[in-house]
Amino acid sequence: MKWITWMVLAVGVWGLVGGCKDKGQRGSSSEILIGEFASMTGATATFGQSSHEGLMLAVEQVNEKGGVLGKKVKVISEDNRSDANEAVTAVQKLISRDRVVAVIGEVASKRSLAGGGVCQQYKIPMLSPASTNPTVTQVGDYIFRICFTDDFQGGVCAKFAEKRGWKKVAIFTDVANDYSKGLTAGFKDGYQGTIVADESFREGDNDFKAQLTKIKATGPDAVFLPGYYTDVVKVVKQARQLELNVPFFGGDGWDSPTTLAAGAVMDGCFYTDHYSPDDPRPAVREFIAAYQKKYARTPDAMAILGYDAGMVMMDAIKRAGKSEPAAIRDALAATKGFPGASGTITIDEKRNARKPAFVLELKGGKTHIADTIEPG
Amino acid sequence: MKDDGSRSRGWSVPAWGVNCALVVLVAGMWPLDWVLVEQMDEYYLRVLILVGLNVILATSLNLINGITGQFSLGHAGFMAIGAYATGSLMKYFSPTGAGAEAALLALLIVGGLVAAVAGLLVGIPTLRLRGDYLAIATLGFGEIIYTLIVTTDRIGPFEIGSSSGLHAIPIRTSFFWAYAGAIVCVASIWRLSYSAKGLAFRAVREDEIAAAAMGIDTTYYKVLAFVIGAFFAGVAGGLYATYDGNLAPESFRFTKSIELVVMVVLGGSGSITGVVVAAAVLTYLPEQLRFFAEWRMVIYSLALILMMLLRPEGLLGGRELLRWRRVAAATTVGGDAVQSGR
Amino acid sequence: MDYLTQQLINGLSIGATYALIALGYTMVYGVLRLINFAHGEVYMMGAVVAYWIAIGIAPWGWPVWGALAVIFGGAMGACAVLGFAIEFFAYRPLRNKPRLVVLITAIGVSLLLQNLAQTRYVFGPTPEAFPAVIEAKTVVRWTMGGPDNVVTVSNLDLLSLGLSLGLMGVLAWVVLRTRQGLALRAVSYRFDTSSLMGINTNRTISFTFMLGSALAAVAGVVDAIRYDVRPLMGLMPGLKAFVAAVLGGIGSIPGAFVGGLVIGLIETLVKGYLSSAYSDAVAFVVLIVILLVRPSGILGRYEAEKL
Repeated sequence: MKWITWMVLAVGVWGLVGGCKDKGQRGSSSEILIGEFASMTGATATFGQSSHEGLMLAVEQVNEKGGVLGKKVKVISEDNRSDANEAVTAVQKLISRDRVVAVIGEVASKRSLAGGGVCQQYKIPMLSPASTNPTVTQVGDYIFRICFTDDFQGGVCAKFAEKRGWKKVAIFTDVANDYSKGLTAGFKDGYQGTIVADESFREGDNDFKAQLTKIKATGPDAVFLPGYYTDVVKVVKQARQLELNVPFFGGDGWDSPTTLAAGAVMDGCFYTDHYSPDDPRPAVREFIAAYQKKYARTPDAMAILGYDAGMVMMDAIKRAGKSEPAAIRDALAATKGFPGASGTITIDEKRNARKPAFVLELKGGKTHIADTIEPG
Repeated sequence: MKDDGSRSRGWSVPAWGVNCALVVLVAGMWPLDWVLVEQMDEYYLRVLILVGLNVILATSLNLINGITGQFSLGHAGFMAIGAYATGSLMKYFSPTGAGAEAALLALLIVGGLVAAVAGLLVGIPTLRLRGDYLAIATLGFGEIIYTLIVTTDRIGPFEIGSSSGLHAIPIRTSFFWAYAGAIVCVASIWRLSYSAKGLAFRAVREDEIAAAAMGIDTTYYKVLAFVIGAFFAGVAGGLYATYDGNLAPESFRFTKSIELVVMVVLGGSGSITGVVVAAAVLTYLPEQLRFFAEWRMVIYSLALILMMLLRPEGLLGGRELLRWRRVAAATTVGGDAVQSGR
Repeated sequence: MDYLTQQLINGLSIGATYALIALGYTMVYGVLRLINFAHGEVYMMGAVVAYWIAIGIAPWGWPVWGALAVIFGGAMGACAVLGFAIEFFAYRPLRNKPRLVVLITAIGVSLLLQNLAQTRYVFGPTPEAFPAVIEAKTVVRWTMGGPDNVVTVSNLDLLSLGLSLGLMGVLAWVVLRTRQGLALRAVSYRFDTSSLMGINTNRTISFTFMLGSALAAVAGVVDAIRYDVRPLMGLMPGLKAFVAAVLGGIGSIPGAFVGGLVIGLIETLVKGYLSSAYSDAVAFVVLIVILLVRPSGILGRYEAEKL
């Protein structure tokens, strides 16, 4: 049994020896190192893997054209098992062990908040592809995002509901999801009509008929469903079975091949998005073609945001002229009119992206633009 | 340090000596903290601190599962209660300056006490339940706690944060606090476990009916185990809250409880040093497995199954690290030893 | 009235799949006194296998009944093999070890299956809608009171309830009328004695696992068709089905069935009349209350503690 003692001691010594502070200059390696933390496993693995794939595609494309500042870009990805505590550990490793010059991540706002704290502390710029909670970029001046904020998107939904003349709206929120709750809060702030029902579910739930039966009994004109695509189709299908035949509408979390593949059942539903898959802009067309070629799948919203996060970050490094965190931060803050696949991105003084929102209507597995709402 | 009831080994250290040694040890963490912050890589330091927190959690769970032979699958729930109590109060009061460290200590204890009350509430059903039933009931308790946190925005003036998590908690925990907590926890449970009371805990584990027949108040000891275990889990939660400054409800679900149970079983249920080693190894191992990316958890679970098949009694199998030759009194290590089919 | 009726139908429809999963828990517990934590993952694998079969046979354009038979049969067969393998490799070597050790192994198996399913080689992390083998449509529709007060029953509700009732009948026949079922009952009554009486206990245990896993697969396929397929789909239904098994009296086969339906109903009524935010917690509150008030469950028999 003595071997266990020795093994434990050996592992301990190994850990301590490997654990000395690395005081080397950041960004001096032969490659430009960008860190990424994402939920590659765990409850929200699907979002993490999508944004990871988008990012990898962006880096591959840039490296094929010779990289940035004459160097290849290398992404070091860390999984956080969909857990905020792990997210901090992952970011800490990226910054202090791997010596990355910038960090990309996370999809979920609570993990971006957790990881963002570390980035801010070490003054490493962090760009979140899809964290929509307004507080994320308030962590500090090194934290950026390229997506909408919850209050903006919730407000867009509210404006749209009023334009449509929906007087009575039922809300169906995912309570375990801060994105969904944020959108609901934004919607409630902006909406002038009556909210007849305020029901909730939890991501991963399968059966919504109980709540939908309840919503149906209140007779709404439309149902606001700020959820992710993983739940949305199931909700609408079950609503139709219960003959709750009013329009459903939601945010960019709907954007996915899954929603389109559902076909006719989603007819007459609306969602807000950064772009339309039918958008003729070359940035969109090229991205979709390249993504399908590499992964043999249609991209979802997370993939396109991951891709744009990579592109905006590498563009900022190029504009900074050197791979130093402070310079990259300044360049990121100065991003203006970047032609991203998810829209033309301008970073405002609060480090949030400003881009117009499209309201898309679903019909027969296709979308078409029902409305465009500019950031106010 | 008495051993587990058998004859003593010729030399022994008086109690005051042990106490002094402990105080010196805890005090020694202070300069060590300073050295580590100066010299150690931040990532490794973080892993080291997480090891400290997991040592507290696993050791306190060991009191319930390993030593008293109850089977709790809801330890993360106690941790969550402590974390949210300490975190929320810390955020509300935001102590600064000289009093901050004292306030941290006070709030850690408050967090522990709140968790202990929850432990009392969970401990009471254990009067009726045992074995697998208890496991599922405690698991249910953990899920109930999670649901409550996820749906609560604030309690009075204190923020809980619901599903968005609780953020911007003042960061106070350092290496010193984590390891002072770990030392106090391990020492307390060690001394409790190898005292006369410890024999009562073990008696409940070995055979509850026989223990009751010998005049041991089994109910009292079972509830006591839950309360003490919950207290330390709450303290660990509080340390965690003030270390990261962020709390997300998902961190305290079923998966975390399982992780802790695995530490206890892998270390050899009932063996305090074994569990400490297992907590350290199982915190460090997944970090080393990062290389495998999405296969990491597959490898982790495979390792777990193989470990159980090849060495079901755990690393140390109920023995303590520094006492190799003496097999502990337990004949059926691993708690509830009912074999398949009664 | 229409509201309550609709909610009752919703509840029975979910409860039916809980019941199918709960049967597996209760039978395994009956013979081994083991909570098979991996059972929820067997349910998930049933859905995954069915998904691949459905994708595979889609180009051939089979009639609905043929396709359904192949999908259900394939998933049941695959899960029976999986259940056998889990028992053979993970539980059998630990037959005489403390139950806690086996429970940890079960948790390990459950984690392994979950994480394997999350890799792209098995399924991938993204939930996928089931290929359109059978379209949801309303088969029963009646109005109560006014013209707006419609109550609907879909073909999927009927599929779920019908399969559940039918398989319950088949199971009752197997357990009560066949030699293998007799062996199963004997082993669950007295493990050691039945072995002395010449019953091959290992074979009986394997048989129990295969039977339970096949039932879980059916539940998995039903849920895959009406909801979707996802690697973590086994977690909550697995836990709730376990609660159902305990509620009905663990070890009791009719108990598991009744328990499943009751849990489905309670969950739906809580969502419908109280708050939907707490519905997952409610299952566990029920569990704790049952364990405190009547630990032997609705139909369970009380086992006196033996010294």
